[in-house]
Amino acid sequence: MKSLKFLIPLVLFGVLALFLGAGLKLDPREVPSPLIDKPAPDFKLARLDDPATTISREDMLGKVWLLNVWASWCVACREEHPLLVEFAKRKLVPVYGLNYKDVRADGKAWLSQHGNPYEASLFDEKGKVGIDYGVYGVPETFVIDRKGVIRYKQIGPLTPEVLRDRIEPLIKSLQA
Amino acid sequence: MIPELGHFALWLALAMALLLGVVPLAGALRGRDDWMTLARPLAAGLCITVGIAFISLTASFVRNDFSVLYVASNSNSALPLQYRIAGVWGGHEGSLLLWVTMLCVWMGAVARFSRHLPLPVVARILSVMGWVAVGFLLFTLITSNPFERLFPAPADGRDLNPLLQDPGMVIHPPMLYMGYVGFSVAFAFAVAALIGGNLDSQWARWTRPWTLAAWIFLTIGITLGSWWAYYTLGWGGWWFWDPVENASFMPWLAGTALVHSLAVTEKRGAFKSWTVLLAILAFSLSLLGTFLVRSGVLSSVHAFATDPRRGLFILAFLVIVVGSSLTLYAWRAPRVGLGARFALLSRETLLLGNNVMLVVAMAAVLLGTLYPLLLDALGFGKISVGPPYFDTVFVPLMAPLVFLMGVGPLARWKQAELPELALRLRWAFAVAVVAALASGWLAGRITLVATVGLLMAWWIVASLATELWGRIKPRDGASVGARAALLPRAALGMMVAHLGVAVFIFGVTLVKTLEVERDVKMGTGDTTTIEGYVFTFRGVRELDGPNYRAARGWIEVTQGGRKVADMFPEKRIYRVQRNPMTNAAIQTGLTRDLYVSLGESVEGGAWIVRVYYKPFIDWIWGGCVLMMLGGLLAATDRRYRSRAPATAAPPLATAMPGIGTLEHEAP
Repeated sequence: MKSLKFLIPLVLFGVLALFLGAGLKLDPREVPSPLIDKPAPDFKLARLDDPATTISREDMLGKVWLLNVWASWCVACREEHPLLVEFAKRKLVPVYGLNYKDVRADGKAWLSQHGNPYEASLFDEKGKVGIDYGVYGVPETFVIDRKGVIRYKQIGPLTPEVLRDRIEPLIKSLQA
Repeated sequence: MIPELGHFALWLALAMALLLGVVPLAGALRGRDDWMTLARPLAAGLCITVGIAFISLTASFVRNDFSVLYVASNSNSALPLQYRIAGVWGGHEGSLLLWVTMLCVWMGAVARFSRHLPLPVVARILSVMGWVAVGFLLFTLITSNPFERLFPAPADGRDLNPLLQDPGMVIHPPMLYMGYVGFSVAFAFAVAALIGGNLDSQWARWTRPWTLAAWIFLTIGITLGSWWAYYTLGWGGWWFWDPVENASFMPWLAGTALVHSLAVTEKRGAFKSWTVLLAILAFSLSLLGTFLVRSGVLSSVHAFATDPRRGLFILAFLVIVVGSSLTLYAWRAPRVGLGARFALLSRETLLLGNNVMLVVAMAAVLLGTLYPLLLDALGFGKISVGPPYFDTVFVPLMAPLVFLMGVGPLARWKQAELPELALRLRWAFAVAVVAALASGWLAGRITLVATVGLLMAWWIVASLATELWGRIKPRDGASVGARAALLPRAALGMMVAHLGVAVFIFGVTLVKTLEVERDVKMGTGDTTTIEGYVFTFRGVRELDGPNYRAARGWIEVTQGGRKVADMFPEKRIYRVQRNPMTNAAIQTGLTRDLYVSLGESVEGGAWIVRVYYKPFIDWIWGGCVLMMLGGLLAATDRRYRSRAPATAAPPLATAMPGIGTLEHEAP
């Protein structure tokens, strides 16, 4: 029985290997969203830079827009942020931020540090709207059409390829 | 023709590796010298063929042969020569080839510097390394052939990822891989010893310099990576707990534990089965790191193009290598025995404590890295574990480790006396407390976290000083100089490496508490002042690089009216891949870095400029360099350089006066 303890590393490794195998079948960046082609959930949130002004879903109807979920504590957001800043400069579509589970001061400091691509950021302190939108992690990006229907969802950082090959053509067709 | 030659050489290498994996091992099993002596020539053949493949790929890069798919994807005719060479390991396929090449470098070194080892031991070690080579060569040839042709050949290549077009990136991957792969030597020694059943202090003595060498390379590799992140990513951080960083940090933690555990096994013959397990663990973590990076199971800033087939292959390889070595361990280790006994309070116990802390820290990093994957696999959805987890878990684990680091070297082997230890260390502790408070006061801010950090740093320094004085104070008519000259390099190396840890902690603590980060909108002529430094924005001009366009800012820094530096941060757009890159300008100093990077341009020709003041940040990497130097000193200790015939050495180093005893018997 005493020699059984030498089996412990092997057993632990076996469990780990099973998980790694299961992990192979999963793509960390792609999660099917039940919300695609469904009306975007209702929201009414204060702006990050102005707690007195709120923005709601109704305000956004009639235009195609991008909703980018971000947070000052999110490292991957820094990776996609320069891209988003460049993208917003081209003024193809208004980009709104959802500042998810953040501290107001931190969020504002982060934007002044890294550049602000957003028309406005909605301040979702408790993450309630994020939950309604099925946010798995930060960053995520939604494309929402004129009728307020979610047409695309990107989980994880945006890449130049995703913007060029998927989001831009989609926006063009929605705006046509 | 050159790519085909390289491809053919790789297949030839696979054949060599298979032979190397089978023939010498079988020879050792059946006691046939003629089969065993084949180990060295086969290893040499493997080295040469892999070398030819590596040179072929490099030649394709240098000659801009865009008919090779991998070259076309990772290079461009406008790319400067040094980056075309670095392009060899700029992507997945070439990185694997670099991996195999490094493995061959280590194998060649083992074959060359193992003349003093008994033939069966050499045969087993080289065979085990041969099997590792088989796995990676198969992986390269089946899923990731770097020599694949592209028809028709494109006019030009898609260029190397701009993030990698940097001097740090040219040497970072080779160093890191030398470290990763270097643990395969310790692994091969361990598996060979398990097969042969000769796990004794002699084994530990042979393994130690190799492990130290791998550890040194890994330390350099991680340090370079951190430094690179600091000056190229443009936000002044130096460690991000990114999965890929963790992938290199876990083997380092296990390797550090192994280095310490080997010392006990060598000197006292204790912890044998534990040491073997650590040797297996260190290399397994290197493989796991490769898996995590290559398979795309975790999303990371460093993610390579992913392919499920590759993930599956490397998982299978991981299971075979780690599974079989752990099975072998479960089967053979119970017979190894416990080794020499030691008292509850002894240097052995303290080193065991160090080992446990390091392994627990490693497990915490592993858990944090894999947690998103585990939850996802169990169907709980996706989450991300960020720096908050690692900071709260990792730092408290380091505190007891640092405390042990001060006590351990002063404790006697086998049995130490608490009163004596306390007596010797009470002054060290008092000095550490006073120094921590004094340096906190000098720095101008005393916070709890800062004081704890400074206390840890000064505790190491003070206990090191106590130990050093104990070793060199005049005794028996020998002067300080004479006794210092007698200090063995291993002991000196340990002290230098521990001092490195102190310097590292000092840097981290001061950066965390005193750094100033400011983002300001600056037009030409605007100034901002941080810690007495006046930064004046002199404007931005456009400029053309070999393969990029850049906006280059000019910021003049003065202090008390005296000019300190002109700084030129850049914002680059690389022509082919179109992604923006921030090149920070850094003015390095012993006690502080000034760090300036360009943010966004705003209306009216003004820019958002990030101006950071980073006190003592270079001490972080300086500490790492000291650790590396310490490793270097220890690895070149006299007893590894003098190659006494294996049979002449008694099994326990303690039986060798003048070598084993001198080093650790502090008076």
